[in-house]
Amino acid sequence: MNQIRIDHGRIIDPANKIDRIGCVYISGGKIISVTDEPAGFKADTVIDAGGQIVCPGFIDLSTRLRDMGHSRKATFKSEVIAAAAAGVTTLCLQPDTVPVIDTPAVVELIKELAEKAGYPRIYTVGALTQKLEGTELSAMLSLKQAGCIAVGNANQPVRNLLILRRAMEYAASHDLLMMFRPNDFWLGNNGCAHEGAVATRYGLPSIPEAAETIALAQCLELAELTGCRVHFGQLSCKRSVIKIHQAKKYGLKVSADVAVHQLHLTENDMTPFDSAYHVLPPLRTEDDKQYLRQGLAGSTINSICSDHQPHDLDAKLGAFPETEPGISSLETLLPLMLKLVAQHAITLEQGIACLSANPARVLRLNSGALTPGFSADVCIFDPKRDWQINSENWKSQGINTPFWGQTLTGRVTHTLQEGMVIHRL
Amino acid sequence: MTYKAELSSLPAQTKLMPFGYNLQLNAEGKLKHFLTIEGLDRNLLTEILDTAESFAGVSEHQVKKVPLLRGKTIVNLFFENSTRTRTTFELAATRLSADVINMNIATSATSKGESLLDTIRNLESMFVDMFVVRHALSGAAHFIAQQTAPHISVINAGDGQHAHPTQAMLDMFTIRQIKKDFSNLRVAIIGDILHSRVARSEIQALNTLGAAEVRVIAPKTLLPAHVESLGVSVSHNLSEGLKDIDVVMMLRLQKERMSSALLPSESEYFKCFGLTEEKLKVAKPDAIVMHPGPINRGVEIDSKVADGPQSVILRQVSNGIAVRMAIMAMAMQTLPSAPGKSASTPSTANTGTM
Repeated sequence: MNQIRIDHGRIIDPANKIDRIGCVYISGGKIISVTDEPAGFKADTVIDAGGQIVCPGFIDLSTRLRDMGHSRKATFKSEVIAAAAAGVTTLCLQPDTVPVIDTPAVVELIKELAEKAGYPRIYTVGALTQKLEGTELSAMLSLKQAGCIAVGNANQPVRNLLILRRAMEYAASHDLLMMFRPNDFWLGNNGCAHEGAVATRYGLPSIPEAAETIALAQCLELAELTGCRVHFGQLSCKRSVIKIHQAKKYGLKVSADVAVHQLHLTENDMTPFDSAYHVLPPLRTEDDKQYLRQGLAGSTINSICSDHQPHDLDAKLGAFPETEPGISSLETLLPLMLKLVAQHAITLEQGIACLSANPARVLRLNSGALTPGFSADVCIFDPKRDWQINSENWKSQGINTPFWGQTLTGRVTHTLQEGMVIHRL
Repeated sequence: MTYKAELSSLPAQTKLMPFGYNLQLNAEGKLKHFLTIEGLDRNLLTEILDTAESFAGVSEHQVKKVPLLRGKTIVNLFFENSTRTRTTFELAATRLSADVINMNIATSATSKGESLLDTIRNLESMFVDMFVVRHALSGAAHFIAQQTAPHISVINAGDGQHAHPTQAMLDMFTIRQIKKDFSNLRVAIIGDILHSRVARSEIQALNTLGAAEVRVIAPKTLLPAHVESLGVSVSHNLSEGLKDIDVVMMLRLQKERMSSALLPSESEYFKCFGLTEEKLKVAKPDAIVMHPGPINRGVEIDSKVADGPQSVILRQVSNGIAVRMAIMAMAMQTLPSAPGKSASTPSTANTGTM
């Protein structure tokens, strides 16, 4: 039986309120102790984590790995390497794959691809409606039985509220979590940038905050009506944070995440017409960014996701509005989280919780912590190591990141998934 | 990784490099591309106007040509239909003795960037020197300028709702001809500001040249969010908004604005925002009326005003040639010496040799 000891690292395990220097003992793919050496433990492998932080492996609530119909953008093979290098040990695949995750067969296919890529912890989010078209319910129970961890409609809005209501009722009947990115189709008006001074100056079709907040408010009402558990994904603006805060105070069982780039970039950071900044929801204002940060600090928003969307070069070459939205963002997840800590927006413990314990709670997983008996999903990172985002260091097939060429601080040195070292720097 | 190998084998300029407005200027700070008014200073805009003035006589000569761009090939790359802009660009290029190729590439807004890039690559290999680009999407001219071979200049003939800088410069030229100086001018721009690339460029040009006030007059549905951030004051009422105005710039109203619920009807629009003799009386008595064309008579402007004594609409069209000649010659760096200061240099120096 493979036994691993991780030595001398600063162990931060928010779920168990641990923050101290010590050793982590792993055996048979499970954590067996984070305190004393268990009797009869004989390490086959010792990882020296001196000067580094040892924490639960990260859980990403919104990821695209492309592949299948989009393998020219990225493949499971390329992206699981990126995920491992990012310290991510569990990820949620959004249903807008090609083909859409709306039948058990597609779920099975993804499981096979995940096994083949040597990265078993890919959870699928099943489509809420067939083909994500927002007109007919998907076979949610079959999807759940096939292994879907939640249902959602990815970036496709459900335009008809009656159908959304029915879908939420049906999901609630099977105790399924709905992941929802609030986004009103009509108000969004095919925009590609935040409705603000920058879009006005550059004549870009724009999306008002209300496209998000109105859809959010409607969904909150339906959550109360239907009793469906809802997790709101990739919030982008101040008024969304306020609405979630009020809903939680009122007693609704909802949770929310934010994509990591929304916590750092605003419309003003966009180099005009640089498609690397084309992302949905769009980059908004400084005020929105500050509110999102406060939302994290005050636990209104409890998770940070990568919203990883790798693209091929062609997808980003063109006039801004015709380029495809999305940022390749797995590998910048940790350094951008650490930047929030460095800027005193959140504490390190909060940051790690937002990437592990909290998303685990959203998904009701027995992971995201270094609790003895839990699967040994561990991330070890050097919080002080600088590295440049360049083709030498970058693993994802998608190089579509506005941070390309920049030097960021904090790098994952080891990633363990079920006790296997899947990444070593 | 094969993808990265592929990336490194791409032509040097095919990179996801940051765009920037210094893209328009070369290392000496001279015009290289003309994509937007933004980022160009007052001196440069004045230089364009002065150079245009020196070309203004060329069209009236018996031989309407100067040899500044002889041997150069200019491609009019029109992804969106246009008659007058393309024609004036073509005339301007011909009068500078360039060879001109017109390409009308009808494309839908959903066409992929690859084809745009492929078109550029193909034309590049035919040794062209300049692209004049019109495209339905904002940022298209920037994209082409960023991707194209370093010796090629790109002139933006209108991109989406972003910019139409040559139209703005010919309007500045027309205003300066009549009003001489910008510093005391109050200019009103009326109509569909939201969708107008002309309006955006006019506002930037007027502010750069130091106009006293730029006022936009439109219903809220036709104004972009935070429009004041462009450096304008706002009015929703034409009769009140025209008070003290020296220059009235009308914008064309597209028919599709009615079907997308931005306006109830043409007649209601005309009632509120159509320029009539009656409403024009509110402006200064010597106010001029401009329109980038094509005009919708009876929708945004009454025929009596469009053809009236205060209208300079046709003068705008003829000025388009001289201004576009100036911009093309400047971007190709073929002017004999820095004009600007002595406005007469290029025309006398060059027409004389013909």
